[in-house]
Amino acid sequence: MAVNIGLKLFKRELTPSEVVKKSREDRFLAREIIDGIFTDFVELHGDRLSGDDSSVIGGIAALNGTPVTVIVIDKGIDIHDKLSKRNGSPEPWGYRKAQRLMQQANKFHRPIVTFINTPGAFPGKTAEAQGQGEAIAQSILKSMKLTVPMIAIIYGEAGSGGALALAASDQVWMFQNATYSILSPEGFASILWKDSKRSDEAAAVMGLTPKDLLGKNVIEYIIPESRNHPRVFNLIRKRLDDEFRTLNTLTPQELVKQRRARFRAF
Amino acid sequence: MDLYDNQKSTSRIKRDASVNDRIPDGLFLACPYCGVQLYNKQLGRYRVCAHCGYGFRLQARERIELLTQSFEEMDSEIEMTAPDFPGYAEKLERAKSQTGLGESVLTGLATIEDEKVALGVMDSYFMMGSLGTMTGEKITRLFEYATNRSLPVVLFTASGGARMQEGINSLMQMAKVSAAVAAHQEAGLLYLVVLTDPTTGGVTASFAMQGDVTFAEPHALVGFAGARVIESTIHEKLPKDFQRVETLLENGFVDQIVPRAELNKMIARVVKLHHVREV
Repeated sequence: MAVNIGLKLFKRELTPSEVVKKSREDRFLAREIIDGIFTDFVELHGDRLSGDDSSVIGGIAALNGTPVTVIVIDKGIDIHDKLSKRNGSPEPWGYRKAQRLMQQANKFHRPIVTFINTPGAFPGKTAEAQGQGEAIAQSILKSMKLTVPMIAIIYGEAGSGGALALAASDQVWMFQNATYSILSPEGFASILWKDSKRSDEAAAVMGLTPKDLLGKNVIEYIIPESRNHPRVFNLIRKRLDDEFRTLNTLTPQELVKQRRARFRAF
Repeated sequence: MDLYDNQKSTSRIKRDASVNDRIPDGLFLACPYCGVQLYNKQLGRYRVCAHCGYGFRLQARERIELLTQSFEEMDSEIEMTAPDFPGYAEKLERAKSQTGLGESVLTGLATIEDEKVALGVMDSYFMMGSLGTMTGEKITRLFEYATNRSLPVVLFTASGGARMQEGINSLMQMAKVSAAVAAHQEAGLLYLVVLTDPTTGGVTASFAMQGDVTFAEPHALVGFAGARVIESTIHEKLPKDFQRVETLLENGFVDQIVPRAELNKMIARVVKLHHVREV
């Protein structure tokens, strides 16, 4: 009986603030995702300008035998790792590394997959001095010009321009317990109501759950989660493969046109 | 010791308590940048601080008046319909009646020193110049119009960032406008940005930082994250000129800082240098 109740509780649809909480738990780890979905991953470091941001993992890998470029925002594993990655808040050179890898993918006609899990771009002194705004602006602009397919997958939280920088893509998918919003619910409540403690209330009105966003055509697909991670990864691998096949039937011009039209609709 | 006797007389001088009432409001202003007290008329036609050159925030129509020889507004009918966030409709109404604008940007076809340009001017008096869906729509249309007619785009940015009340749709505007900028770029056309006080958040993280040439007004505040957010993140006080365009110039994100009175000449010069040579 107790088991039944437990099962029922688990299956109940979560409230937006519960989804926010869940999205911040380390349900899936960056390296685990890369190893689970792809083979032959070769990591590539650095933006060739100012440094290497460890919160953005990038490289080349094989998806069912086909080469793809993979870019993943990593929140880190233990406390030291998380601190050095600022809990998944990229620095400008992280976004510039992503740009470099996107353009490299373009050159070799490789599809691009990004995995996003970030509270937002890092609000720091060096970040500002090195042009955090410019880094994000150019990531978006360059994404708009890519002639290879790009799919963005949000696997945790995705806040503001810092997430959009890697999600100006042909399709955006979200894990079942992920969020995507203009700002964190705390920041939202603090700006609008001058009270960051009203974050639960903010989460409720922001429409940040996958279901809300699917309804608004901000995303194309919700990835069902399971404790059985290989099952989730198999599903993603298959779907990525299918979608890239379909997108690859388009000419580069059609692809770019379709991507721009996707955002023109908002 | 009679020398100091007349000191007593000061006590008999009465303070004129009503003096403040007799000075009209707005006669004296403090410069938001350097803090110097200025007599209103000292600001002159361009509304610039006589001490440090800071350009006071202008409404979009004032800017156009100063800048252009002619201006033909486009898409003036585009306004947010059915705002569905609590309190948003009232806020919008207030902004509209205060500024006489329908949205936080004014767009149109303008002549600046005999040069024809597609001009956009954001207005910080309209909900802090925030990037709403219709703001994005007007700027996107401006770029599309310019691309179709092979015109340069000149855009004056002023914005507090994304419009919270519109949520994710506001975020999508950054990508929407960027797509239009990309098409304009691919057509080989000039996009000139003028950063004005203040340009922050989502606008900085998109079309404000995508220009071919980037000018800025003296001492304008330009940045991505808010100074308070940064201070509370890194637990450090930020230097005075942290997000001022002089610092951005030093760091390589601005081409030139141009005083307001010289902007029209400089814009026209750059536009002229991008004329396609007839063969």
